[in-house]
Amino acid sequence: MEILMAFIIGILFMSATYLMLSKSLLRIIIGTGLLSHGAHLLLLTMGGLKRGAAPLLGEHAPSYTDPLPQALILTAIVISFGVTAFFLVLAYRTYQELGTDNMDRLRGNEGND
Amino acid sequence: MINFLILPILIPLISGVLLIFAAKHVMLQRWIAGLSALLTVIFSALLVQKVKTDGIQTLNLSNWEAPFGITLVSDMMSALLVLTTSIVAFACLIYSFKSIGHEREKYYYYAAFSFLIVGVNGAFTTGDIFNLFVFFEVMLMSSYVLIVLGGTKIQLRESVKYILVNVISSALFVIAVGFLYSVVGTLNMAHISVRISEISEVAQPGIITVIAVLFLIVFGLKGAIFPLYFWLPGSYYAPPAPVLALFGALLTKVGVYSIARTYTLFFYHDTGFTHQLLSTLAILTIILGVIGALAYWDIKKIVIYNIIIAVGVILVGLSSMTPDSLAGSIFYLIHDMLVKAALFLLAGIMAAIAGTSNLKKITGLIKQYPGLGWTFFIAALTLAGIPPFSGFIGKVLIVKGGFEAENFWGAAIVLMSSLLVLFSIMKIFINGFWGTPRAYKDADQVPVGKLMIAPVILIILGVFYGVGSEFVFPYISQAAETLSNPNIYIEAVLKEY
Amino acid sequence: MKTNDVILQTATKIVLFVIVLFSVYIFFAGHYTPGGGFVGGLLTAGAIILLLLAFDMKTVAKILPFNYMNMTALGLLIAIGTGAGALLFNKPFLTHAFTYAHVPVLGKLSLHTAAIFDLGVFLVVVGVTMTIIQTIGEDE
Repeated sequence: MEILMAFIIGILFMSATYLMLSKSLLRIIIGTGLLSHGAHLLLLTMGGLKRGAAPLLGEHAPSYTDPLPQALILTAIVISFGVTAFFLVLAYRTYQELGTDNMDRLRGNEGND
Repeated sequence: MINFLILPILIPLISGVLLIFAAKHVMLQRWIAGLSALLTVIFSALLVQKVKTDGIQTLNLSNWEAPFGITLVSDMMSALLVLTTSIVAFACLIYSFKSIGHEREKYYYYAAFSFLIVGVNGAFTTGDIFNLFVFFEVMLMSSYVLIVLGGTKIQLRESVKYILVNVISSALFVIAVGFLYSVVGTLNMAHISVRISEISEVAQPGIITVIAVLFLIVFGLKGAIFPLYFWLPGSYYAPPAPVLALFGALLTKVGVYSIARTYTLFFYHDTGFTHQLLSTLAILTIILGVIGALAYWDIKKIVIYNIIIAVGVILVGLSSMTPDSLAGSIFYLIHDMLVKAALFLLAGIMAAIAGTSNLKKITGLIKQYPGLGWTFFIAALTLAGIPPFSGFIGKVLIVKGGFEAENFWGAAIVLMSSLLVLFSIMKIFINGFWGTPRAYKDADQVPVGKLMIAPVILIILGVFYGVGSEFVFPYISQAAETLSNPNIYIEAVLKEY
Repeated sequence: MKTNDVILQTATKIVLFVIVLFSVYIFFAGHYTPGGGFVGGLLTAGAIILLLLAFDMKTVAKILPFNYMNMTALGLLIAIGTGAGALLFNKPFLTHAFTYAHVPVLGKLSLHTAAIFDLGVFLVVVGVTMTIIQTIGEDE
């Protein structure tokens, strides 16, 4: 199972990198989304994938699952949700103000002389 | 009062929430923000004194025992940095009152400002590696708001890049924490340190080195070390002066602090590879920063490149890992936060008077604004490390530590960089203040006297910090002692170990 | 853009209450089982977004005249206040208290300050989500 997860995470990172290297702002944002998905899956895998009861609700189950990675992922998901939303709004505003979503035309070199 | 160490985080948090309610009332916002900033300064000063007398303060949030819940830890280093942060924030706030404009004030400027302080103080105080990530994100979210607020074209364009870089580094942070958790199975920093020493008894396993380098990349992206500082000059150029001062003084320093914390608490068993890498990168950071600072003819850019140089100097001290160099690093870190904030504010005043930050278009300011000129001069001397001032003491200790640890290249580069830093800052002074005075179009509308309050406060503190180093030094050496001996930290947090 | 969406509008009028009720259920279920303020808040926000889809922004603003920024702040204030309440008793920040109460009809109830904290989270989630949706959807 861990091996399979490793491949999935790798594919996610690969697609994220590809998307982030493109010029369109929207693709870049989708790329960051995929990147954080990959990171969250990695966190889940690193905590160990196994079946078991939730801890703290008794001592009768044969095995327990570590709840910490899930708590961490939930936190990380909420944060990346917020950041992605902010990024989308910002990209939209940028598109409105500057009239382009092409990163090549967003270079800028003020104060470079 | 066991909750004392959370007050510098809690006060700005509550005031930030209140400021959202008060969004439409500018004067009320200023009062709330000012009062809370002042309270934060007072309580963090008391916290420093408490740590000095009673030792390291810890707080187990929600009353969970130490390695299981989130622990906040205030050792001397974090207490001092929290105090400096609060002072810098207070100064930037006073400066904002007169310069930021009603438009931004109505769009949650002060609320974002307060949340930024929450994030920075939290990152300095927390004793849990994932909680550090959360506080980083609080800090970054507010910094996104601050950098884009106002919505000018250059701000929009640069904040896109700024956010992209930080999103990537956040993802790397999560990955690094994931790897670390899979190896040590804990998130409490003190407990991580214990576990890593257990598995490193014979030799540090390769995976720990990998994680160390991963953390260096993550924090290096925030702290702007070579080669990860590429985003900084462009992004920091966009926002207005008080925000720039806040970013320049605080945000990169959080990255540096995190490197210091992880490299002295976790990864100190095998310094052969990781600390050598850190030292090399620090030296390259200084060199590249100096080249940038010398090459540009723009006030803001020159000072921005000086941030990068300072990061390099601090990291050279850190990579030597002797008690002297660690003390020097902490001393220089605090010095740099104070002086860099003052310099950015002064540069902001100059740019406001002249209507441009291009040095070739500014001359002869000292005729009309002697106070501004001489304050800038003192700030420049302090920054470069001319003897009675604070930069000197920090650099002496770093160089001394460097020689003790046989890190000759680092020491030599730090020494030479001071000369070039002085040159780059004097370039601003000579070109901007000397020469024939010139009339500037909007100069009358700039309330120079009122704007000067904040940088003058910072410079006075900076000068006292250097001249009165006799008084300051016991605090610094206590901070350095915790860094060079992780067991003090571990015992304070985990009690029974 | 004027479309004939009678089916969506009629269905929304009924489904909306089901979703809101379910979100309240999820909110309280979070006490001992999966659920809680975050999920409940997202469900409620989903219900309001459904309303936005079926009707237009002005109508919804008339039905629910909230300032979502202030709602977020109120939620934060409640959540922080619950955490900071522990300071008054010299307990670490965020320490919660609970007790059991016997209420005639309902029977044994467990009262927990974490529920108040969760109410804050609920309001924050609804407020933030709606602020985001409104910011993007504001100009057509």
